[in-house]
Amino acid sequence: MPHPVTDDPEYDLAVIGAGPAGLAGAVAAAELGLSVALLDASSQPGGQFYRHPAPALGATRPEALHHDWATFTALRRRLADSTATLLAGHHVWTVVRAEARDLWDVHAVTGADGDRDRPVRVRARAVLLATGAYERHLPFPGWTVPGVVGAGGAQAMLKSGLVLPGLRASPAGARPGAGARVVVAGSGPLLLAVAATLAAAGARVPAVVEASGYLGYARHPRTLAANPHKVAEAARHGAALLRHGVRLRTRSAVTRVHGSDRVEAVTVSRLDRDWRPVRGSGRRIACDALAVGFGLVPQLDLATGLGCATRRARDGSHLLDLDAQQETSVPGIWAAGETGGIGGVELALTEGELAGRAIAARLGGRAAAGGSGRGRALRRRRARMRAFAAVMAAVHAPGAGWSRWLDDTTDVCRCEEVGAGRIREAATAFGARDARTVKLLTRAGMGWCQGRMCGTAVACLAAEGREQGPPPAPERRPLAVPVRLDALAALTGTAASDPGEPEEHAAGEDSTGG
Amino acid sequence: MVGAACAYYAARRGLRVTVLDRGSVAGGTTGAGEGNLLVSDKEPGPELQLALLSTQLWRDLAEVLPSRIEYEAKGGLVVASDRTGLAALQEYAARQSAAGVTADVVPGERLRDLEPQLAPGLAGGVHYPQDAQVQPALAAAHLLRAAGDRVSLRLGEEVTRILAGTRGEVRGVRTPSGDLHARHVVNAAGTWGGELARLAGVTLPVLPRRGFVLVTEPLPRLVRHKVYAADYVADVASDSAALQTSAVVEGTPAGPVLIGASRERVGFDRTPSVAALRRLAAQAVRLFPALAAVRAVRTYAGFRPYLPDHLPAIGPDPRRPGLLHACGHEGAGIGLAPATGRIIAELLTGGQLPLDITPFRPDRFGGGVAG
Amino acid sequence: MARDRSPAERVGAVPDPAFEITFDGRPLVALPGQSLAAALWAAGILAWRTTRVGGRPRGAFCGIGHCFDCLATVNGAPNRRACLVPARPGDAVTTQEGHGHAAPGDR
Repeated sequence: MPHPVTDDPEYDLAVIGAGPAGLAGAVAAAELGLSVALLDASSQPGGQFYRHPAPALGATRPEALHHDWATFTALRRRLADSTATLLAGHHVWTVVRAEARDLWDVHAVTGADGDRDRPVRVRARAVLLATGAYERHLPFPGWTVPGVVGAGGAQAMLKSGLVLPGLRASPAGARPGAGARVVVAGSGPLLLAVAATLAAAGARVPAVVEASGYLGYARHPRTLAANPHKVAEAARHGAALLRHGVRLRTRSAVTRVHGSDRVEAVTVSRLDRDWRPVRGSGRRIACDALAVGFGLVPQLDLATGLGCATRRARDGSHLLDLDAQQETSVPGIWAAGETGGIGGVELALTEGELAGRAIAARLGGRAAAGGSGRGRALRRRRARMRAFAAVMAAVHAPGAGWSRWLDDTTDVCRCEEVGAGRIREAATAFGARDARTVKLLTRAGMGWCQGRMCGTAVACLAAEGREQGPPPAPERRPLAVPVRLDALAALTGTAASDPGEPEEHAAGEDSTGG
Repeated sequence: MVGAACAYYAARRGLRVTVLDRGSVAGGTTGAGEGNLLVSDKEPGPELQLALLSTQLWRDLAEVLPSRIEYEAKGGLVVASDRTGLAALQEYAARQSAAGVTADVVPGERLRDLEPQLAPGLAGGVHYPQDAQVQPALAAAHLLRAAGDRVSLRLGEEVTRILAGTRGEVRGVRTPSGDLHARHVVNAAGTWGGELARLAGVTLPVLPRRGFVLVTEPLPRLVRHKVYAADYVADVASDSAALQTSAVVEGTPAGPVLIGASRERVGFDRTPSVAALRRLAAQAVRLFPALAAVRAVRTYAGFRPYLPDHLPAIGPDPRRPGLLHACGHEGAGIGLAPATGRIIAELLTGGQLPLDITPFRPDRFGGGVAG
Repeated sequence: MARDRSPAERVGAVPDPAFEITFDGRPLVALPGQSLAAALWAAGILAWRTTRVGGRPRGAFCGIGHCFDCLATVNGAPNRRACLVPARPGDAVTTQEGHGHAAPGDR
């Protein structure tokens, strides 16, 4: 290995995120001769899509919970065969420019969530952000009751921990997992995949509740025709659900969860075109858990910290503005996959490879094998799938009427327990016009998760009843993950390259803190 | 915050006020501040006089405004690690006392009576009971609300022009939604006060100075006062562009501990400075060892507006009749807001000024009417 | 027929030997490689935290470390994301109340 891991290693490329985009990018760049560090918070590569059990769980057929598992194992093998260094268990909290030279500093902490955190800095000539996405949530009465879980969260727990949500303590010897009834609700193509996986793993799925109608896709026949794999994927999930006897209810939403210490039932209401619940349409469905999510939003904390330009998607979320080479507006910072728009695994793989090749070309790696033919094919595939992604974002964009299913006491911010009533009051009575000011006035979004769960909802409520102002800037989270103060204080080697050094204390004053 | 205070006191004097902001209430530096209402960090002089008046006014406002503004008369505690530092601090405190500040010297062995979690072995400190804290965004929002019907809010409207009459006097402002006529225009644009002055054709050299605040996870009450190391005092009057940091550590009613006070002159750049964060964290842990295992969940940057002599601009601008300035308070805008608002209200209504405002004259840096 | 197959059966899991952890003093069986949240779910436990303001029960929500709803006190250390922290033999998980920190000193 040309660049063994030391306290302060320097690489051609640091790839952040070892999901499909990051893996594809790291492998492509390493195979073209670049020294690559691939950082990921998890203990193993794969990201959310290829999340899988730890080796100790001894899964002999991990592919049973995955589609296209072979693509992942092939990438994993190429990664192992390459010179790239996988830095697992690295939680990256910021990326900053190293002033002295044309380099970037990637700052991470290692350690099991606050336990023995150790700061690590990785230097690189280029950075590929492949930080993926997290689930968009819209609150509803009862969404904080234990047993309500993210749809993606339910899938993640299943894929890695081999557990289902909503299990009840069973007498010794009983079949684990039997009897969990999980309603799947929200919006977006992920719901079908989640329901199919849950059902395959033994959960009973009384209903899949989709707020949009699938007819929206029919308005874009050419995009559909150009993406037959997407249609096939939907058909595959649909067939699986039929096989398991799962009912799909479109233009409907879970508008209330029943139960106080755990989920007992949900009320499903029909929605009008704007997602306003239709009065009197509520029907109760008994269940043990609710897996809910309203699509995905790109994870941009590191990118916005670097000042990368963003644009708005059709569903209102912020995306990175990328050029044809996958480079952001900040030269030297590249991105691939969901950060540039929610598009799914094939798009992430395509963009990752494109980015890896482009970075290698920029930094003087070997010429790409397959030459320009492969590049053209990748770019065509990207264009086709980006078009499909745009249709998907439009079809599943939250309708403005969703907030009608809130009551004033519904906690919108789960961390700080801020109800919808207080958020509306901040907007109507105290001059808050955006999520940032609502946050300052109510603490919504100021808790542990820093608004990742409530951000969409708070922004919607803050803008309610006003004509569209200038679009809000993306949320800034300069600390992408929490960092222990002693780990921050122990950062070594950063001072020499950081602006503002050395520190000058005014003469004559004591310096307790200097 | 300063604008809200000007509106509040002007409305109480019977004036009708329109508050314009291109964003939200507390959208600028107010929203990025910690809510320091300090006398402890101020040298005897005009700014300290302003701070002492504000301290009294804040106490009055806390009676009127709801408790949600989180006003806490918690007091400040400035510590020194060694004898030399303590001596300098005591000398400084003695001069402040002569100027009307309550400053009680605390010997090293008594520090932990005031702050049980403070690191052992510090030489001593000075307790400033007049230091207080408020949640600035809530305070601004509630102050505007308490001002009543005489104040109307126009948010999301940016002033694009200052309207002037034939003799050069101010006639109002223009925004994208139309003209707003007024006999007086108060420039409370904070860090952007220089730009607004330019619209009025006058120069006011307001510059941004970046500061970071680190915010921890929610904690029980671990820190009771505003606690900081003595070198913070020196930083305030510093004219150096180099990074100078000393942590001000304080608890909040909501739970998180705030660690703040780094100062950099870097223009409007929000990029996190790893060195500044490291310093804030290191100093906070040194003052309060129990914070070592606590996690920072957030950091944010704000831009403190400052003028070359580190005093605000408060008062009428002789170069543009009808224009008044109330900006450039650097890191003390929240604390100095009520006194500034009072002064502006008195000036607008021909009342008696509570103190001499000559040191705050907006035209003291020269530069005349442009164009 | 796939129905009623458990996830472990589905992937043909042959895990390393199970071990014991405790939740509020009660013994539970966990599998190596599982997160604490997965082990708790497998035992039918959905909540292991109460909130600061309302004292409401919470457990895993996002499942991938973003929401911090699954914070637990693990071996006395508060605010560990149970969905990220791997279960280890003998781990003592306790229901975390509020911010999870003991009130300092005399106050």
